[in-house]
Amino acid sequence: MTNAVTPAPAMAKAESGSALSFYGIWLLAAAALVVLPLVFSSGGSLTSFSLIGISIIFALSYNILLGQTGLLSFGHAVQYGLGGFLAVHAMNAVASHNWPIPLPVIPLMGGIGGMAFALLVGWVMTKRAGTVFAMISLGIGELVASSSLILRSVFGGESGITTDRTSLMPLFGWTFGPQIQVYYLIAFWVMISAIAMYALTRTPLGRICNAVRDNPERVEFIGYDPHVVRYLAYMFAGFFAGIAGGLTAINFEIANSAYLGATQSGLVLFSAFIGGTAYFFGPILGAILVTYLQLGLTSVTSVWQLYFGIIFIGIVMFAPGGIAGILMKHRPLIRAGTLSAVIPSYLVAAIPTLAFALGIILTIETVARFSGGDPINLLGIPFVAAAPTTWAAAAVLVVGGFLVARITWRRIAEAWDRAATVARDRGYLA
Amino acid sequence: MAELIVISTLNGVLFGMLLFLLSSGLTVIFSMMGVLNFAHASFYMLGAFFGFQLTRWIGFWPALVIAPLLVGVVGMGVERYGLRNTHKHGHVAELLLTFGLAFAIEEIVSMIWGKSPVDYRVPAALDFPAFTIFSTNYPAYKIFMLVVSVVIFIALLVTLKRTRVGLIVQAALTHPSMVGHLGHNVGRVFMLVFGVGSALAGLAGVIAGPSLVTQSDMAALLGPILFVVIVFGGLGSLPGAFIASLLIGLIQTFAVALNGSLASVFGPLDPSLGASPLTDIWNVTIAQIAPILPYLLLVLVLIFRPMGLLGTRES
Repeated sequence: MTNAVTPAPAMAKAESGSALSFYGIWLLAAAALVVLPLVFSSGGSLTSFSLIGISIIFALSYNILLGQTGLLSFGHAVQYGLGGFLAVHAMNAVASHNWPIPLPVIPLMGGIGGMAFALLVGWVMTKRAGTVFAMISLGIGELVASSSLILRSVFGGESGITTDRTSLMPLFGWTFGPQIQVYYLIAFWVMISAIAMYALTRTPLGRICNAVRDNPERVEFIGYDPHVVRYLAYMFAGFFAGIAGGLTAINFEIANSAYLGATQSGLVLFSAFIGGTAYFFGPILGAILVTYLQLGLTSVTSVWQLYFGIIFIGIVMFAPGGIAGILMKHRPLIRAGTLSAVIPSYLVAAIPTLAFALGIILTIETVARFSGGDPINLLGIPFVAAAPTTWAAAAVLVVGGFLVARITWRRIAEAWDRAATVARDRGYLA
Repeated sequence: MAELIVISTLNGVLFGMLLFLLSSGLTVIFSMMGVLNFAHASFYMLGAFFGFQLTRWIGFWPALVIAPLLVGVVGMGVERYGLRNTHKHGHVAELLLTFGLAFAIEEIVSMIWGKSPVDYRVPAALDFPAFTIFSTNYPAYKIFMLVVSVVIFIALLVTLKRTRVGLIVQAALTHPSMVGHLGHNVGRVFMLVFGVGSALAGLAGVIAGPSLVTQSDMAALLGPILFVVIVFGGLGSLPGAFIASLLIGLIQTFAVALNGSLASVFGPLDPSLGASPLTDIWNVTIAQIAPILPYLLLVLVLIFRPMGLLGTRES
């Protein structure tokens, strides 16, 4: 896991040594957030960046539960959605009363909404961890999503509740009408939230959360109540999810019951887990990838959700550490200088693995478009779904790709073992 | 009123027995392997769609036998090649694997059969009213569904309580490692139980498909209710699952049939109050809140009896 126990003096030394690189990473991230829209200034990429920023906050808030405290939630969108609704209502109230409250404060209202709901139901929910918590979170999620359709005056029924973000007081001449201004508002909150959530993992509470995840019984022996710790973690996660929801409400100027639903809860779970829950930056990677794929794939294929499912199943089965886990596995090898021993086997494996993946994509698209009849465009090559040649090509790619790839995967494992042995000898790998 | 009670009771028991066909497999799999199978409702959906497709090709009666077997094979494959490999990563990974599977199965089904309901009809041999009470015709197909679920229920009970296989399964529920020490192939027992559980879910799908709507979101609609059933009944308790299934079946059916609201009992609210959550709650009918009743029940049970109705363990 991430925060392996390091003796205190060693940790202090390591931290003072890497303080520069540590703050450097954060400054670099902030600079990237500022510069990105200047480099890619089209309207489409601005919208994408805004959505990615929101899902980064959302995925990080989810990881407070799953990664830090070991609570698997299937209903995290409840706090997100309620935060969004509270933000919309707050914006409408501020606009109609002409209160001197600028838009950038509104996400805080969303956060308070998410936290308030967590405060209300969290005590009962976090009584137990594990599977039971997972099921309760699912049940609460369904309960709130269905109730939102009944309480029409608050949730606006199926159409939702709309708002106008420009009707609030301008701040330094910014009305937040143009998308670029909304982007900077989101970027600001991404930075603040990411720093706050990272700081949270470094507090005694964050540490005891890790302990509750790993061994709740021992936590009880040292005098903490795991239930209280889970409850606190649940509230913090709700707070940041609510901020993400509030930002979504500002971005789309609407909140509807889809924000609360199971699809949204599933997507955030995918983001966090595909990115990797064991490292703080994992969910960030996952959120970027999942949102990017979501935006990119919807225009290419009608079955994009199936690809998510397959990627997710693949990660769960073969790389439960997620992308971050795969990356961090290479760190000791880089330090020991033995990475070069593994890379050739990666390159060899890449070709049949890619063929295998293309075969699966071709199979899925063939099935999906069999009745429709529009051609499949794979790497610039057109395929007709109803043609037997396409089926043959798909079969050859899948079966042949898999058989060859399996051999190369074994070679990776062997090369990896050799490199790891050398790294271990040099003292870089425990 | 008497008509409503009789018809709703019949429908409620029927829905409850269907729920039990699903929840029995789910709860046995859970207590044996510690895996909450998120894809269980997806197997139910697969059963319905396989049943639909096979009915078209070879007729309803062969489909009734073959479709559940196919689903059982799919289930065994999932256990053998999915869960068994994921087991080393812990229960959360296993749960997530079944979650991903449920997601993927829903997408595959809607990819092949589309998102709108398919035309899965009651077989002609059973398409007649069985009897008439209070001027309502009760369809024979529903009686057939009831008979099938009761027969399966009894068969399951006899197998578990009276046969050697049932004995091993029961032992493996509580002491899987001891069963392994005694020389039984626990892996194979797990795979078979998973297969049988999936096949039961598939059977429920085949017989429920014509009566309910066969659509690609049917798993997502039923899945959460199944979890409510097994938490409500007590995790790992078969009698608990039975009682909870019937109870939730009855509650849901009666709620849908009732049209009363607070407004109809106490009179409408003063219109000058305007729209507010109070008016929403005042005017909502019991039929409208039927979908959230199981979840309310779940919350209540968790507050007052966290181990469920007949559950014995806290976690």
